[in-house]
Amino acid sequence: MTTRAYAADTRSGQALLSVRDLSVVFQRHGEQPFAAVDGVSFEVRPGQTVGLVGESGSGKSVTSLAIMGLLPARGNRVTGVADFDGTDLLKLSSGDMRDRRGKDLGMIFQDPLSSLNPVVPIGVQVTEVLERHKGMSRKAAMPKAREMLDKVGIPDPDRRLKDYPHQLSGGMRQRALIAMALACEPRVLIADEPTTALDVTIQAQILQLLGDLVRDSGTALIMITHDLGVVAGLCDEVNVMYGGRIVERGLRHDLFAAPRHPYTHGLLGSIPRLDGQRGEPLIPIPGSVADNLPWDHACAFAPRCFQPIDVCRSQTPGFVEDGASALRCHNPVGSPHGHTAQPDHAEVNDQ
Amino acid sequence: MLRFIVRRLLQMVGVLFVLSLLLFIWLRMLPGGTVSAILGDRATPESRERLTKALGLDEPLYVQYWRYLKRALTGNFGASTGVVPGRDAFQIFIDRFPATIELSFFAILIAILLGIPLGYLAARRRASLFDNASVIVSLIGVAVPVFFLAFLLKYFFAVKLGWLPVSGRQSNIDATRVTNFFVLDGLMTREWDAAWDAFKHLILPAITLSTIPFAVIFRITRASVLEVLDEDFVRTAESKGLTNRIIRGRHVLRNALLPVITTVGLQVGGLLAGAILTESVFSFPGIGEALASAFSHRDYAVLQVLIMASAATFVIVNLIVDVLYAVVDPRVRTR
Amino acid sequence: MTDNPKGWKPGARRKAKIDALAQAAGQVQDAGTVADTPGVSLIASAWRRLRRDRVFLIGLTITVLFLLVALFAPLLAPHDPTARLLLDKVRPQSNPIPGPEPGFPLGADNVGRDLLSRLIVGSRQTLLVCVFATLFSLIGGLILGTLAGAFGGWIDSVVMRFVDIMLSIPSLLLAFSVAAMAARPSQWTVILAISIAYLPIFARLLRGSMLAQRHSDHVLAARALGVKQAPIIFRHMLPNSLGPVIVQATLVLATAVIDAAALSFLGLGNPDDRQPEWGQMLGAAQKYIYDYPHLAFYPAACIILVAFGFTLMGESLREALDPKSRR
Repeated sequence: MTTRAYAADTRSGQALLSVRDLSVVFQRHGEQPFAAVDGVSFEVRPGQTVGLVGESGSGKSVTSLAIMGLLPARGNRVTGVADFDGTDLLKLSSGDMRDRRGKDLGMIFQDPLSSLNPVVPIGVQVTEVLERHKGMSRKAAMPKAREMLDKVGIPDPDRRLKDYPHQLSGGMRQRALIAMALACEPRVLIADEPTTALDVTIQAQILQLLGDLVRDSGTALIMITHDLGVVAGLCDEVNVMYGGRIVERGLRHDLFAAPRHPYTHGLLGSIPRLDGQRGEPLIPIPGSVADNLPWDHACAFAPRCFQPIDVCRSQTPGFVEDGASALRCHNPVGSPHGHTAQPDHAEVNDQ
Repeated sequence: MLRFIVRRLLQMVGVLFVLSLLLFIWLRMLPGGTVSAILGDRATPESRERLTKALGLDEPLYVQYWRYLKRALTGNFGASTGVVPGRDAFQIFIDRFPATIELSFFAILIAILLGIPLGYLAARRRASLFDNASVIVSLIGVAVPVFFLAFLLKYFFAVKLGWLPVSGRQSNIDATRVTNFFVLDGLMTREWDAAWDAFKHLILPAITLSTIPFAVIFRITRASVLEVLDEDFVRTAESKGLTNRIIRGRHVLRNALLPVITTVGLQVGGLLAGAILTESVFSFPGIGEALASAFSHRDYAVLQVLIMASAATFVIVNLIVDVLYAVVDPRVRTR
Repeated sequence: MTDNPKGWKPGARRKAKIDALAQAAGQVQDAGTVADTPGVSLIASAWRRLRRDRVFLIGLTITVLFLLVALFAPLLAPHDPTARLLLDKVRPQSNPIPGPEPGFPLGADNVGRDLLSRLIVGSRQTLLVCVFATLFSLIGGLILGTLAGAFGGWIDSVVMRFVDIMLSIPSLLLAFSVAAMAARPSQWTVILAISIAYLPIFARLLRGSMLAQRHSDHVLAARALGVKQAPIIFRHMLPNSLGPVIVQATLVLATAVIDAAALSFLGLGNPDDRQPEWGQMLGAAQKYIYDYPHLAFYPAACIILVAFGFTLMGESLREALDPKSRR
């Protein structure tokens, strides 16, 4: 929870990647189209870390795959803009996008074992990025690969270059993946749940490593997670997603100190806190994503909300921006209505 | 690795030993026993008794088995009674084995060269017309009786159209024999016409024999590629912006072919069975035809040799495949 | 299930993954229903998917048609399949075989019997051969596999060595060898030969999944609760091993039809042609194949169609029962 001295600086300045009104609609043959991502906008500046937080099914991973151009070619429709330094990534041809991936945009994934090719040595999996984007020969790329492994904290990198993924530990594998993603010094790094598959102690190490690398190189980091603990330690700005839309945005401190959306409130209430009162109960959010209402005429979260009011079920809440923070809620926590409306779980159960 | 190979070889000896015991029992259980099997049902009691003595069948079973084993170890399985009457059964195997190896080699070559690329293509274009059509064809391919397919091919391409020879391994031409692999011999001695002639004789039988391994290799490749395409590391490779060539070769195919290697090994066993039917339709003088003839003549001496040989070949091929697998898959190699 | 070839049917795998991302909700609800009765819900979920599977439905249609024809063969056959009705048209010298004529749409065989009637009635013997061959090898494999898998230890070693030796002989060659032992070949020696040939495959399959389950949580739980050996094997382990066995059985139905034909071709089949069977008809037709290919063509087409139907069913069953593709 170290506060970075320059964090305030990164709030100003030019956005490096600016996502505007991104939507991804899945359309399976003979089924209703389904909007996994529905009008998502956010920005990330060099050296800044932005979090996308939400339960599984909130659309955060699909958002990242859409930006990277990694969604399957068929069965989905992507609209909106992903402006990277003046270029709309979503408009690029697949070949041009291929040139950018790994060079301008790096990505690391959730499960380091399955994300590494089991039959190719780690060294080759690092050098192939350099060969592709820097035009290096394998021989010339090897020292650089060794340097990368060293940089991400893999001991004895010379030996590890020749090792296969199954010979590495879980944390080591994730470090190797980070080395691959950062080999060409991309300006944007997307980390999709990078610590979920790891032990708690390793998680902290990996987060520390990511934080250090971003600070040293000025890389913009998009952190995708369901874990608010990760966000608390790393992100400058947090976007909370629900049902394919961003429901709340705020600077880390503001969001944690005073969450305004009931969903954010619920997420914070459902994780244990060290500084909480002893015996303070953990409050889970009732229901699941299956209870969602369509955004068209309501707030998707209304059925699971602890303080819904009538309008929540009849009208789509607008996205109200106010400086660094933004909110999509008819009845935010701490608003005048919030005190009058009682948490009404009985109603939820009737659904 | 060496220990692994030695252990497997010892296992193989064990398998062959037990198999020899089973074949010995099998011989005792034959209708009327070995004597009737050799002499036929119409033999006189005197000649039967003489043969019983001569074969040592009046001695205790374990003595008989010991003697049988000693003879078998020296390659002496007795003389053929039906395939080539009078000829040493083991010699028949030696005469004919190269023909079957040559045929099987071409058959498995066709199956691999067609099955792997087509399986890969079908997986890349999953659910396309090409994919559905090739899957249906591969399923029909398995449903067609091998010998019926052999007849069909022979009928159209040899009898009706006359493009290819009807039967045999080589026309009656003067060719030098070196290895008894006729195509290879022709190439080695620069007798191009002999090589070409032998090759033409191989085409139809090899195609026939390749259908089932082709269908199996095709479907395994297809399923395996589909599974690998779905793996996270392919997505990682995409996220690194690698070229399609590298993604397909290094990341998809190298992983997808691992199960295919095992399948190819297993198919070799099936080839031996398929060769029985294919070779007898094309009168191709390999061990398959000898087996077919031995079955219909109930020539047990030849059957013993050839069944033992088939089992040994199958076990050895699978040992080679396992070693190959260990070479290709680092997870097995570096354990 | 790991040593099986993987399912081939186009399944929307990659899409499935995204669906899982997008509709994580469904999984949560499913998880609750699956837990208590694994066997039942496996079949239920497989059936849910098979019902919409076009490949399975085609296979099922062919199989049902085959069963109906076999069941009502005496009613469907226009003539007595053993009566030499057109014998007067068969001339021994030139040996012409009567072609189609009114009342005999496919013509007759080499001794003047109605070919269509023989095909229709032949379906019965074919059905008999493939069902009993599969049944016998299934039962044999069940016994050996259960012995090996349920008890482990030296029983496992002995049984599996034996099975491995049988597996080292190609199954068709094994079938030929067993058939060659018969003094007088008949339909039952054919059935026996085929069933012995496929028995080791079933044994191995069952042993594999039994072994995997011996250490699974639900078996350990049952054991911890003091459930006796036999109920554990028959109520817990066996039902859970049946998925791959059912798939294999469906595929053996197909190969049994084809293998019966191969046995007849080598002269190891049932020589008694008063009981027509497709494989035997095809085997017998080889003598006339260059002059009268239709004699071979019709029974071959029947065999191919039925084997194709069984294969389609087996492959889509494999896909449906594969826990990896379950949703």
